[in-house]
Amino acid sequence: MARTLVVVGNGMVGHRLVQALRDRDAEGGWRVVVIAEEARPAYDRVALTSYVDSWDPMTLQLEGAEFTDDDGVELRLGDPVVIVDRESKVVRTAGGLAQSYDALVLATGSVPFVPPVPGRHLPGCHVYRTIDDLDAIRDSAARARKGKGRGAAMVLGGGLLGLEAAKALRDMGLSPHVVELGPRLMPLQVDEGGGALLKRLIEGLDVTVHAGTSTSSIEEDRGRLLAKLSNGIELDLDLVVFSAGIRPRDQLARESGLTVGERGGIVVDEGCRTSDPDIYAIGECANLDGMVYGLVAPGYSMAEVAADRILGGTASFPGADMSTKLKLMGVDVASFGDAHAATEGALDVVFNDAVKGSYKKLVISDDAKTLLGGVLVGDASDYAMLRPMVGRALPGDPGSILAPSGGGGGVGIDALPDEAQVCSCNGVTKGDIKHSILEGGCADVPSIKSCTKAGTSCGSCVPMLKQLLNACGVEQSKALCEHFGQSRAELFEIARVTGIATFSELVAKHGSGRGCDICKPAVASILASLGNGHILAGEQAALQDTNDRYLANMQRNGTYSVVPRIPGGEITPEKLMVIAQVAQDYGLYTKITGGQRIDLFGATVDQLPAIWKRLVDAGFESGHAYGKALRTVKSCVGDTWCRYGVQDSVGLAIELELRYRGLRAPHKLKSAVSGCARECAEARGKDFGIIATENGWNLYVGGNGGMMPRHADLLVSEVDKETLLKVIDRFLMFYIRTADRLQRTSTWLDGLEGGLDHLRDVVVNDSLGLCAELEAQMAQHVDDYADEWAGVLADPQKLARFSSFVNAPGTPDPTITFREERGQKVPVLLGIPEVSAR
Amino acid sequence: MTAEAVLIETTWTEVCPVDALAREQGVAVLLPDGTQVAVFRTHDDALYAVSNVDPFSGAAVLSRGIVGDIGATPVVASPMHKQHFDLRTGVCLEDADVSVATYPVCVCDATILLGQP
Ligand SMILES: Cc1cc2nc3c(=O)[nH]c(=O)nc-3n(C[C@H](O)[C@H](O)[C@H](O)COP(=O)(O)OP(=O)(O)OC[C@H]3O[C@@H](n4cnc5c(N)ncnc54)[C@H](O)[C@@H]3O)c2cc1C
Repeated sequence: MARTLVVVGNGMVGHRLVQALRDRDAEGGWRVVVIAEEARPAYDRVALTSYVDSWDPMTLQLEGAEFTDDDGVELRLGDPVVIVDRESKVVRTAGGLAQSYDALVLATGSVPFVPPVPGRHLPGCHVYRTIDDLDAIRDSAARARKGKGRGAAMVLGGGLLGLEAAKALRDMGLSPHVVELGPRLMPLQVDEGGGALLKRLIEGLDVTVHAGTSTSSIEEDRGRLLAKLSNGIELDLDLVVFSAGIRPRDQLARESGLTVGERGGIVVDEGCRTSDPDIYAIGECANLDGMVYGLVAPGYSMAEVAADRILGGTASFPGADMSTKLKLMGVDVASFGDAHAATEGALDVVFNDAVKGSYKKLVISDDAKTLLGGVLVGDASDYAMLRPMVGRALPGDPGSILAPSGGGGGVGIDALPDEAQVCSCNGVTKGDIKHSILEGGCADVPSIKSCTKAGTSCGSCVPMLKQLLNACGVEQSKALCEHFGQSRAELFEIARVTGIATFSELVAKHGSGRGCDICKPAVASILASLGNGHILAGEQAALQDTNDRYLANMQRNGTYSVVPRIPGGEITPEKLMVIAQVAQDYGLYTKITGGQRIDLFGATVDQLPAIWKRLVDAGFESGHAYGKALRTVKSCVGDTWCRYGVQDSVGLAIELELRYRGLRAPHKLKSAVSGCARECAEARGKDFGIIATENGWNLYVGGNGGMMPRHADLLVSEVDKETLLKVIDRFLMFYIRTADRLQRTSTWLDGLEGGLDHLRDVVVNDSLGLCAELEAQMAQHVDDYADEWAGVLADPQKLARFSSFVNAPGTPDPTITFREERGQKVPVLLGIPEVSAR
Repeated sequence: MTAEAVLIETTWTEVCPVDALAREQGVAVLLPDGTQVAVFRTHDDALYAVSNVDPFSGAAVLSRGIVGDIGATPVVASPMHKQHFDLRTGVCLEDADVSVATYPVCVCDATILLGQP
C-alpha cells in the first residue's frame, strides 16, 4: 500500500516538492496530502508585485497547482497545521483534521518581520507577503483615494522587498516614502557606489528615499497615520507597509521538539532532514549549514533534494547561488557572487557612468585572474554572462569586460565551462543545454525552454540560449526560402524603405529565381500590410495563397466556404434571414463557427461572386475566415444586458473588428473582448484580448488556443479606449514588422529579446521612437480598407478568374458531388485517382 | 512517332486567347471527354499543361496553385496540401512515385491550344 507523505505549506517550494515527487514516483509508492494555510492553490510569490497590474489571482497561479488530474495528491487549502505529534506521527489542523503521516515535509516559508515600532498594529499598517496582504493594501489605498489629492504611503525597509512594495504602491497611485535603517537601499545586494546611483534613479521615479534613519512611532492622526522618523522628519500617511526582513516559520518545529537554529530556522542536514528522520524541512523555513535562504532558487534545490531522499535517493544540497537580478520600476539591479568584496585580498574594478546612469563593479581575486562577484546598477545586461563565470578565470582584462562598448565584450559563451549554470533559477548548466541541442534535437529557444526549463523563470538567460544554439552550429537560418536569403522581417524593411511594390522587382533585386508557394504569399502579405491596393490587383493575384486567391476557404473537395462578416457576433434577425436565404438558394451546408459567425460550405468557384453580391446588397461583406489576417473579434454580451458586465464589450469588439479587418500579418490574428473579469469571451486565448474593469480596459497580448495554448500576458491595464486603440495599433504593427513568417504573436513574444518588458518599452514607453510611425501605418490601413469582395464584383478582369473552366464557363466541375447527412449536403469523398507508377 | 505525326493525330481544343492567361497563373480547361486539365503560363511565357486533378486529394484544383520554381524546375504547388509538381514532366517533387499526366500545349493565332494524344 502507498505510504502517506504530508506536506505542510503550499508555497512555491512546497509545490515544487510535490511536483518533483509526483514526476519521479513512477510506482506510486507515495500518496501526498498537502495542507495549506492560504486558501488558494500555490502561486508565484516572486511575481507578487505584478498582481497589482490585473488584480487577478489566476495570473499568478503556478502551473499544475490544482492537481486536478492527479489522484495521488490531495490538497487541503485554508486550514493550517497547528500541532505535529511526532510520537503518533499525526498532524492536526486548526479545522480539526487529524492526518497521519509516514513522512512529513515542513515547507512553511517565513513571515514578515515587523519591528516593534509603537503603533505598528494600527489599521492601515500592512505587511507584504501574500495575495491577501495586497488585497488589504488595495483596500487601504482605495480609502485613501477618497480623500483629497494624492495619497502617501511609507514602506519600512529599503531592501529588495521594500522597493517592490514601493513600486506596487506607486502603481496604485500613491506617493511612496521608503525608510531604510541602513546607509543605502538594498544594503544586502548593492555596495555603496551602486546604492548611491540606485537612490538617484529610484528618486527620479517619484519615490522619496530616507536612508540611515529609523521610524520612532506611528500614530493615528485625524483618520490618517503620522509617522515620526528618528531624523526628525514627520510623514503624513494613508498607509504603512512593513518590509523589514523575514523570519522563518519554525513554530511547529519548536513546539514538537525539533532542533531549530540559534537565529531561527528548522535545522536540516544536507539531505534536508530535520533532527527527526521522518521529517524534512525545505525552503525559507529551513536552516541549512547555519543559513536561512530568502530566495526561491535555493528553496527549489532543497525541494528536489528532499523529493529524491523521500524516494530513497541520496541527493544532497548543492549549495546556493545568492545572485539576484531584478528590474525595479524599470531600473536594473543585479548582484552576484561576493558582491561586497568580503574575500580576503579581493580587488574591485568599478566603472561608474553618472551621465548614462550605470554603475558596474567586478570583484576579482588578488591575482586579478578569477571573478568573485559583482554589482550592476542601471544596466544589468552583462549579468547573464558574468554570473556563471563566478569562481572561474576571467577571459580578459576586467576593464575591457566592463567598458560600455564591450557589452560583456571580452566575455563569450565559449569562455564558460560545461558545468557553469546558465539558468540559476532552475539550476540548468551550459552542459545540460548543449545536450538538449546536440542530443535532444532542440533547434530553437522555445524547445530548449520546454526541454530543460532553462529561461522559464526570470528569463535573463534567454540571450545566452540563443548564443548556445549558434555555438552548437544550429544555424538559426533566417532565410525565408531558397529564393530569399532574408528573413520575413528583413524583407518587410526592404519593401518599406525602398517602396518596392511588386514581387518581380523584389525577387529580381533582392532574391533569386521566380519564387515559390512560401515566399510569394509572404511577400504578398508584406505588400498588403504596406498598403498596395486590392490583393488580387495585377501581379499580386499570382502571389496569393490558396484561400486569399479566391477570397474564401477551400475545402477538401475543391469547393469553398463563405463566412459573412458579423462584427463582434452581433446580428439582426433580418440579416440572419439573408444568410439563411443565401444558404438555402445555393444549397450550402451551414454551421456556426467558434468565432461567432456562420460558415456556408459547398460553394463552387463560379458561385462565389454571385453569393458575395447577395451579401453585399444586403449590407454585409464576406469575411476573412482565411488568410494571415484578422479573423474575428469575439465578445460576450457586455454590460448592456449582462448583470455582471462592467463595460460595453460588444461595442468595443465591433469597433476593433472594423478597425483591423483586412489587416495582413505574418500569421492569423484573433481577438476577443470580455465585459468583466469572468472572461466569457476567452480573451486571454487570443493574440490580443481585452478584458473590462470598472476603471477601463486591460489589454492582454500573445495568447493562443489551438495546438500550443498560451495565456496572453497583460500589456497595459485600466486604460481608456483611446489609449487602448493606440497601444493595439502599435502592438500589431510592431508584430507585423518584426515577426517571422507564420509566427503567431505567442511565439513571437516568447522569442522576443527582453520579452514582455521590451515590448512594453517599445509600444507603450516608445523606447525606440517608433510609435508615431507605427500609428501612422495603422491609420493608413484603416483609411485604405475597402471591401475586398465588392472589389472583385466591381472589376470584370478579377471577376473573370471566378469561372469553372476557361473554355466552358458555367459548366460545373463534374468531380464535385454531394450526398446528404443530418439533413444537409456534404461532399462525397473523392476517389483518389490511381497514381501512375513510374 | 515523329513530331509531325503527333501534331496530326492529336485532337486540339481551343483554350483561350494567350492574353487571357496572365504570367505565373493557371486556368482549368474541360476537354470533350470530360477530362480536366490545368494550363499554366510561366514568367518566360512558356506554356505547360498537366492534369487538373491533385493526385493526393482527388480534387480538381491544381490550376489554382502557385506557380514558381524549385531549383531550376518550373513547378506548381497544389493549393490543397502544397506538394510540388514539375510542370514539364508532371512528376511530384516530394514523392517521385506520384505524377500527374502532362498534355501538349501550343499557341496558334494568339490562341492557346491544348492537345489530347
Ligand atoms: C514580494 C516578493 C518578491 C520576491 N522576489 C523574489 C525574487 O525576485 N527572487 C527570489 O529568489 N525570491 C523572491 N522572493 C522570495 C520568494 O518568494 C521565497 O523565497 C519563496 O516564496 C519561498 O518559498 P517557500 O515555499 O519556502 O515559502 P512561501 O512561498 O512563503 O510558502 C509557505 C507557505 O506555507 C504556508 N504555511 C505556513 N505555516 C503553515 C502551517 N502551519 N500550516 C499550513 N501552511 C502553512 C504559508 O501560508 C505559505 O503559503 C520574493 C518574495 C516576495 C514576498
